[in-house]
Amino acid sequence: MALAQINWFKYSSPQAFYPLAGRMIPWFATIAALLIGVGLYIGFFVAPTDFQQGQSYRIIFVHVPAAWMSMFLYVVMAIWAGLGLGLNARPSFMMAQAIAPTGALFTFLALFTGAMWGKPTWGAWWVWDARLTSELILLFLYAGVMLLRTSIDDPRRADRASAVFALVGVVNVPIIYFSVRWWNTLHQGASVSMTAAPKMAATMLTAMLVMTLGFWMYSIAVTLARMRCVILERERRSSWGMHHSHREAVEVH
Amino acid sequence: MQWGSVSEFMVMGGYGLYVWTSFGVSAFCMLWEVFALRRRHAAAIAETRESIHDQCVGPR
Amino acid sequence: MSQPGIFAALNEIIRRDLLLVLRRRSDVLTTVLFFIMVASLFPLGVGPEPAVLRTIAPGVLWVAALLSCLLSLGRLFTADYVDGVLEQMLLIPQPLSVLVIGKVAAHWLISGLPVVLLSPLLGLQFGLSGEALGVLTLSLLLGTPTLSFIGAIGAALTLGVRGSSVLIALLVLPLFIPVLIFGAGAVTSSASGIGAGAHLSLLGAGLLLALALAPWATATSLRIALE
Repeated sequence: MALAQINWFKYSSPQAFYPLAGRMIPWFATIAALLIGVGLYIGFFVAPTDFQQGQSYRIIFVHVPAAWMSMFLYVVMAIWAGLGLGLNARPSFMMAQAIAPTGALFTFLALFTGAMWGKPTWGAWWVWDARLTSELILLFLYAGVMLLRTSIDDPRRADRASAVFALVGVVNVPIIYFSVRWWNTLHQGASVSMTAAPKMAATMLTAMLVMTLGFWMYSIAVTLARMRCVILERERRSSWGMHHSHREAVEVH
Repeated sequence: MQWGSVSEFMVMGGYGLYVWTSFGVSAFCMLWEVFALRRRHAAAIAETRESIHDQCVGPR
Repeated sequence: MSQPGIFAALNEIIRRDLLLVLRRRSDVLTTVLFFIMVASLFPLGVGPEPAVLRTIAPGVLWVAALLSCLLSLGRLFTADYVDGVLEQMLLIPQPLSVLVIGKVAAHWLISGLPVVLLSPLLGLQFGLSGEALGVLTLSLLLGTPTLSFIGAIGAALTLGVRGSSVLIALLVLPLFIPVLIFGAGAVTSSASGIGAGAHLSLLGAGLLLALALAPWATATSLRIALE
């Protein structure tokens, strides 16, 4: 029961978390690099050619993991935001802040590689497919969370306001996805969907899952690194403030 | 293994442009994120050091 | 708190907001004129072909309604925030979400209802048939209150923030998408003979969901903005 004796709350303060994150980053980065390397090897050298789409299907080895991560990271961000609001915990808000840019990056990559996959498959760069459209709306939501934070000067209010918007977004994402799919079937747009690829070979699925795990580990490493930046930047601001008030006190004397 | 030669691998059955652009842009963006964070971290450390230095030397 | 207390407060807030608007009637007029203008721009841009206009009419009118709702959202809490009334409203014994419902209801009466009432007229301009006009009005009647509820969250989050008018559009428009899809879809599917029942009931469900969740989220956002 050694685990129980560790005071986990010790790590919930930014000052204690900073060095801990620094020790964890190389591990997650190494695992991410290994997994992505193995995933790419399986994807390019082991997985067979798709008899319908030819070699272009190999784009899904980056597209699907990026799309999954973009949605997963939004949910994780919303959970941290909700924890922050519920427990009034500053580190939770900082975590949500640290996740958002990486989530937005994966959303962009999912859209970009989706277009790259769509051109040879559907003959068009952009199709108003339910998945692609939802992904675009997800990018708007990420942009909203991040812009709301940067436009509010008071960090406490910025934390809380963007957390509320992240939570509103997480309630809305399933509704948006459902409505877009409904709209898509009504207008009978592209009937080809990415998962409709006939009988995905086991190696293809393995490559996709390994890549997803790699992206996951990458996200953790990058988030921890950004968390360290956020801690330093915020603590600097507060120590600056301290310094400022100190100077005022001296001048009064 | 289904690739006879390196050039066959690069051509990707005629889809080389799409496949390599996808993977290239993804790799570029992720590496760029890592380097941008390193720069940001270095800048944050430098400024923290400065402000600590200011505080230790004192406002004179 | 007894029930009559809550309803009395609700009534009072709606009455007060309507009274304030009656003193500045130009605000209502701006929203309505904006709606008409946006809708009238499309035939000028697309061309007067009746078949084309009839196809794009539901989408165009719904987008115009969306934008005119957005236009008036900035005013939802700003005036009360600036003169400090909002801070005092936090102190009333009724829950803050009741106040939010009152303000949203007033906002809808001022900016949503005129749009609903005008929409058949604009539908005629686009050559919609009698039944489609009815469905359009009904869909707007069910959908525009949802827009006001969702918009109130955005208005509360961006209260007193720099660049709030642009920011609110960015926050709120993605959340409007389901309403737009079901609203415009109702008209389209009734025109194509499928019937608008499913779309209209989904719009109604959306309104109930917004009524249940949005006032609470808005109240939280207002507290965050004011603390």
